[in-house]
Amino acid sequence: MELLAQNILNGVTIGAFYALIALGYTMVYGVLKLINFAHGDLFMWGSYLGYTGLTLLLGLGLRGGPWMIVPVIIAAMLIVALAGVLLERSAYRPLRTAGRLPPIISALGVAFVLESLARNIYGATYITYPSVATPTGGIYLIGDVRASTMQILALAVSFAMMASLWAFVNFTRTGTAMRAVSLDHDTSRLMGIDVNRIITVVFLIGPGLGAVAGILVALYYGSFDFTMGMTFGLKAFIAAILGGIGNIPGAMLGGMILGIVESLGAGYISPQWKDVIAYVLLALTLIVRPTGLLGERVAEKL
Amino acid sequence: MMKTINGLLTPLRRIPTSAWLIALLIISILLPLPLDNYQRAVLWQTGIFAIVGLSLNIIVGYAGMFQLGHAAFYALGAYTVAILNLKFGIPVFLGMIAAVVVSGVVGFALTRPILHLRGDYLAIVTIAFGEIVRMLLVNNVGGITGGANGLFGIQLPSIFGFTFRSVLSHYYLVLFFVVVTVIAMRRLENSRLGRNWNYVREDEVAAEAMGVDVVRAKATAFLLGSGWAGLAGALYATRIGVISPDMSKFLESVIMFCIVVLGGTGSIPGIFVGTAGMIILPEVFRFVKDWRDGFVGLAMVLMMIFRPMGLWPSRRVAMEMGEDEDMPVLSQP
Repeated sequence: MELLAQNILNGVTIGAFYALIALGYTMVYGVLKLINFAHGDLFMWGSYLGYTGLTLLLGLGLRGGPWMIVPVIIAAMLIVALAGVLLERSAYRPLRTAGRLPPIISALGVAFVLESLARNIYGATYITYPSVATPTGGIYLIGDVRASTMQILALAVSFAMMASLWAFVNFTRTGTAMRAVSLDHDTSRLMGIDVNRIITVVFLIGPGLGAVAGILVALYYGSFDFTMGMTFGLKAFIAAILGGIGNIPGAMLGGMILGIVESLGAGYISPQWKDVIAYVLLALTLIVRPTGLLGERVAEKL
Repeated sequence: MMKTINGLLTPLRRIPTSAWLIALLIISILLPLPLDNYQRAVLWQTGIFAIVGLSLNIIVGYAGMFQLGHAAFYALGAYTVAILNLKFGIPVFLGMIAAVVVSGVVGFALTRPILHLRGDYLAIVTIAFGEIVRMLLVNNVGGITGGANGLFGIQLPSIFGFTFRSVLSHYYLVLFFVVVTVIAMRRLENSRLGRNWNYVREDEVAAEAMGVDVVRAKATAFLLGSGWAGLAGALYATRIGVISPDMSKFLESVIMFCIVVLGGTGSIPGIFVGTAGMIILPEVFRFVKDWRDGFVGLAMVLMMIFRPMGLWPSRRVAMEMGEDEDMPVLSQP
């Protein structure tokens, strides 16, 4: 029972990371109908920038501590968000009318470039965050079920981010416009919405959230290398599909489900099989319910 | 930019394709002779990937479906040959036939339930299949795949008392299969089946209305495409002698997909251009060492911006794309 509760808690934490990254995939898919394969690498760049930020702060001779995470997260978020916009301008916008294949190839190309940059700048080795920055300790919830401070921090930040995004999309003018654009570009334009501006906003928010996830993931696991963008990104993408791609609450739900299922699978079946479980879950979802759990029925080409 | 490239290529396109192919064949036979063994190995690999590209071209180019897990079937072919050879002592050439059958049947069985999915969804499930196959190989299912280290010690192929030992002999072996593949693809392109695929690619509903069995056409594309990828995997395994689950990595599938799209979807010469781009170019870029992937990535983005239909598009695809530019399609009611 306690093992189950602990596994679920760990699953929810990982699920929150997946959800944060999945939001980036799902929002871009919502407005552009494009699988942004470079998103995983933007997320990974969040981790790397976090590392640089922490080392810089420590280099200033300040007394280190978990407080350093705050300025670093904000800085990394801004840089990665700008990179996201730049990426859209240079690699996706010229291809908007080119059909469905070219943007995918372009996205894969950008992923290669980002990965290559990371490997050459930081090296092909594992990067470890300075230990002073990592929050330590934890509390016991029920019996032996332990929530580490890191887990509580990760969950709090993720849920705050997701809640504000949800509020932004549902209750602001820009958010409403975003939902309109994801339904129909031309009609939105007729309604006076600047579609390009909305797409820019999406490419600010998605990679920004990804960067936050990047730093949290690096803090949680302790170390990472340049292949993380591809592996973690693919998982987060599965989460987006599970919930129904293009659907924002769906991405959050999908992330949670994937995190919990993976964690239970690793705990009760075998850690080696946890990735297989995730992929089988994806295949089954798409065979049985291609639109995902919360996705609306998308009309087939008629 | 695009205009200039088009202007340069148009006179070249007027030469009949068969003339190109014969010239290419003669060059391919003579090319490795003055080279050293390393360069011959690169050419050999190019040949292998040309076969893979041509097989994927059936699925992506002719039938218009996104397949981002093709490396799984390439790996399956290699493992089939290896397991049959190592555990049962079956000669490599017989194993190759089995590899084609196994990859084809598995490809058919796996993709049959997902054929109804739309383009990008299909791409995602195929990514998942590729990863599932890799994980199964890593986790050593049934104790016969050798786990993460893979299998080694596969025999060299031999036929009529001749054993393929040198790189050169393997190159000619692959070249033989490349020629067979090209001839088969040319026949396939203009067959009833090939035209059915093009119909399905352009408009599924219209194809169905014209009496094309869409599901059957798609399933056949996966059957043939996956099977032929298995042959390429088997050819790879027999020279290298060592195979690992990395053959089914997502990155491999991406490279295969890029070969088809960069070269020009649905075009046989395009596949060769694409293969040269994705296999030989990185070798040329060796001097930039770790930046290699970055340059390839950059080339992919630029290619798509300036020449989205590929370097050497098939005439059918080019005609279709050209039509769209000249005649704006009326917006749907």
